[in-house]
Amino acid sequence: MMDILRDLTEQLVSKTDIPDFKAGDNVTVYYKIKEGAKERIQPFKGDVIQVRGGETNPNRTFTVRKISGGIGVERIFPIYSPNIEKIVVNKYGKVRRARLFYLRGLTGKKARIKERRFIKK
Amino acid sequence: MKGLIGKKIGMTSFFSETGIQYPCTVIQAGPCYVTQLKTEDTDGYEAVQLGFEDKKEKRATKAIKGHFDKASVSPKKKLVEFRDFEVEVGLGDVLEADIFEEGERVNVVGTSKGKGFQGVVKRHGFGGVGMRTHGQHNRGRAPGAIGAASYPARVFKGMRMAGRTGGERVKMRNLEVVKVLKDQNLILVKGAIPGAKGSYVIIESK
Repeated sequence: MMDILRDLTEQLVSKTDIPDFKAGDNVTVYYKIKEGAKERIQPFKGDVIQVRGGETNPNRTFTVRKISGGIGVERIFPIYSPNIEKIVVNKYGKVRRARLFYLRGLTGKKARIKERRFIKK
Repeated sequence: MKGLIGKKIGMTSFFSETGIQYPCTVIQAGPCYVTQLKTEDTDGYEAVQLGFEDKKEKRATKAIKGHFDKASVSPKKKLVEFRDFEVEVGLGDVLEADIFEEGERVNVVGTSKGKGFQGVVKRHGFGGVGMRTHGQHNRGRAPGAIGAASYPARVFKGMRMAGRTGGERVKMRNLEVVKVLKDQNLILVKGAIPGAKGSYVIIESK
């Protein structure tokens, strides 16, 4: 019974080309916005502060935080939403926890996230 | 009316083309077999009897077996009768999930989850006392008075009190069919339906 549900969820949820990212990474989300009859794509760039829900969970969401005009803005995206055109990972961050809510209380230099660099093989 | 017998599989979510996410329930609906056609002449009313899910041959009594043999189908676990069936059917026919279309509105009947002996707040939606001070200390969820005094000197019938809750037949009306998967015989309806996972449900047209 659970197998049916799992297979079905996989069918319903299109999970093509979602890059691998986690909390601390800097991403740009290209989100489709409908304005009347017109459709346009709005990029939203910021740090991922949490990823919620398991990989097979159709309700999996992630929260992106950015500072816009001195004010912190957070947006929650359902990861499998068809309105997400694409997600680009700009930077991988080095963080010690999965949920970076402590960033909300910090500003300026304190709110930076160290970058995770990979050694080229 | 047209209908099917099904089994509740569980819930998931579904994205519409416009990107709105809906909760939906997955129902294994069919294959259902026509096991009996009741007619005005023999039974006094018109109805179609459907059977769902195979039963072990040894679990069926001879009498039951004879009933299914008439329609030449194997014994089934669940039988349900539908009156005024819209779809033209013959004895022994197979009905699959595709008798319903996407976008159609249906009613789903099930047996709600049993909740045991519950108080009036859960069972009938009473408000409770709503205070923790002013003399209350152990009656926050009590029902209050149940009647007057020496006249009528009794409690009226049907007074809502605590008792067994759930485990009763519940009909959810006007649910939208969001998807029909013919090859797997699955129907997805928007919203929740009564009952536990794996319990039998009846899907009928509105």
